[in-house]
Amino acid sequence: MERNKVTNKKIHNFKIGFFLAYRQLKHASIWTTSLIVMVMMLTFLNLVVVNGILVGLIQSSIQASEERYSGNVIVSTLRQKSIIENSAEIQKVLSNLPNVTDVIPRVLAGGSVKSDYNRLLKEGETPNQAGANISGILPSNEDKATGLSKYVIDGAYLDDNDRDGVLIGAFLVNELTPIDAVGFSQLREVKVGDRVKITVGENSREMYIRGFLRSKIDNIDSRVIMIQPELRKLIGRSDTNVSEIAVKLTPGSTELDALRVKEILSANGYDFDAKIQTATEAQPKFLKDMKDLFGLLGTLMGSIGLVVASITVFIVIFVNTLTRRKFIGILKGIGISSKSIEYSYIIQSAFYAIVGALLGMLVLYGFLVPFIDAHPINFPFSDGILYAPLGGTMWRVLALFVTTIIAGYIPARMIVNKNTLDSILGR
Amino acid sequence: MHDNIIETKNLTKTFTDGDKQTTVLKGVDMSIKRGEFVAIIGRSGAGKSTLLYQISLLDTPTFGEIFINGIDIHNLTEEERIDFRLNNLGYVFQDYALLPDLTAVENVALPLLMQGYTRDEAYKRAAEVLDQVGLEGKYENIPAKLSGGQQQRVSIARGLAHKPSILFADEPTANLDIESSLLVLKIFKEIHSRGQTIVMVTHEAEYANTADRVIEMKDGIIS
Repeated sequence: MERNKVTNKKIHNFKIGFFLAYRQLKHASIWTTSLIVMVMMLTFLNLVVVNGILVGLIQSSIQASEERYSGNVIVSTLRQKSIIENSAEIQKVLSNLPNVTDVIPRVLAGGSVKSDYNRLLKEGETPNQAGANISGILPSNEDKATGLSKYVIDGAYLDDNDRDGVLIGAFLVNELTPIDAVGFSQLREVKVGDRVKITVGENSREMYIRGFLRSKIDNIDSRVIMIQPELRKLIGRSDTNVSEIAVKLTPGSTELDALRVKEILSANGYDFDAKIQTATEAQPKFLKDMKDLFGLLGTLMGSIGLVVASITVFIVIFVNTLTRRKFIGILKGIGISSKSIEYSYIIQSAFYAIVGALLGMLVLYGFLVPFIDAHPINFPFSDGILYAPLGGTMWRVLALFVTTIIAGYIPARMIVNKNTLDSILGR
Repeated sequence: MHDNIIETKNLTKTFTDGDKQTTVLKGVDMSIKRGEFVAIIGRSGAGKSTLLYQISLLDTPTFGEIFINGIDIHNLTEEERIDFRLNNLGYVFQDYALLPDLTAVENVALPLLMQGYTRDEAYKRAAEVLDQVGLEGKYENIPAKLSGGQQQRVSIARGLAHKPSILFADEPTANLDIESSLLVLKIFKEIHSRGQTIVMVTHEAEYANTADRVIEMKDGIIS
């Protein structure tokens, strides 16, 4: 009974607090309200966008790697092996899986590419050559699945029957990606149409540069790419085995779907023939570390942002409360409970936080995310996107909400606790 | 039921400002009977408003005792004092002290809502009291849309709506013109005639004569 009375009193105080808060908000200056809501909105965006851009830098790199190179699952050679045994069988199994949209086989070989090789070198001059991964692809199959042709920055993409053409990754050309490191050599002053010599082991052949590639994916940009039959000839293989199979699943597939594909291949015993990894598993360690680091940095900056937000909100609400000190005194004077007065300020703070966060989300998901998706920020190593998953955003909304409530409660409590008469008389 | 609705014993109030101490009330012994209309007068600094603030529970005395309806209010906590004011006391302030965000009817209804009246009951009662002080048709006006005299009448209506045992008025006519002042005093006389206890502080002897009894303060004591 007593407990029920206490609960009822709390509800009653809340109702009176709501009555006061609603009327204060209704009659408040539109400019003051707009200013506070704007501060809340910008605070919210600061919390989400700074973190989102930092994580988005790496996330976009990961997404791009999946889209342009690895797919959702990547099957590669076992250590000490240059090909995947039973490649054709594996591809057949993969092609028959319902959620697999593309199977992208590639043949790989370590080698070099050399330009300007008919001229005698001057004294001290280094050969115009670069060590490279030579990749044999099926151009139309690769393009359909990964959109590789979009990343040709000069020249043209390969034709399925282009027996003499190669694409050169941007990392291999000094003019495209200047790298000045001891022991690392790049091609110099090469252009589309130039003749180059491709060497794998003891075998060499002359080919023509059809184009240059820049995909911002290291595995692509450090390769020399030609059609698969020509690479097979160059390395002297007549079988149908390949070195790498990228597997794309239906759009919207998750890591769990990729794991299921991996399990199916393993269940068929193909893990004895090849290394089977999901895209996440295949991510280089540095990328995972970077993602964690950027996430941590984002959280750190977000936390600082939250502290700054708390102080800002506290000041704004404190000033707002301070200007109403006399009226708080009057309320106490005429018998309105301290709790009701405190609730009224908490409710007002909650209103500012909710409206600010809602407007922030509108700007975020209605404008910023789609705009940056459509116009990625051009960072050297990735196309930066704004990574703002709804779950993470909702946590930030909650953080802002709680912070604002506390920031609203403290000044209200401070002033409510002051002597009633002093508040009324403004002493 | 006690005959004396207010009784003070040795009521003392000292203000401290750094090392300086000023005693404004110097052991006031006073009693006010139920249904009485008392005016407290005195020159500026005589201690009349300070006395009102102590007996109306808006401030706490340095020492001394105050009994209202026979209850020793000394031992009440801050929340109990707020609750006591809500259920027993009404106020009319010099500067009206209305809440600027609330309409006239909301200002009057607020203490009733706090007491637990339903919205309909509170607004109905508030409208009745506003009618009594001659503010028909002004229910939805916020204070800024009312004249000084009208605001003071809203303040009186708020002070009376919850039927308090005592209505305290601190210089209720100080900010009003003569016409409005006389109207306020007329309202006080009317409600007093219905048995309402009123304690009014004023510095104008002419207005004080409206009351049943005049208490004159001089240098912190009743002269």
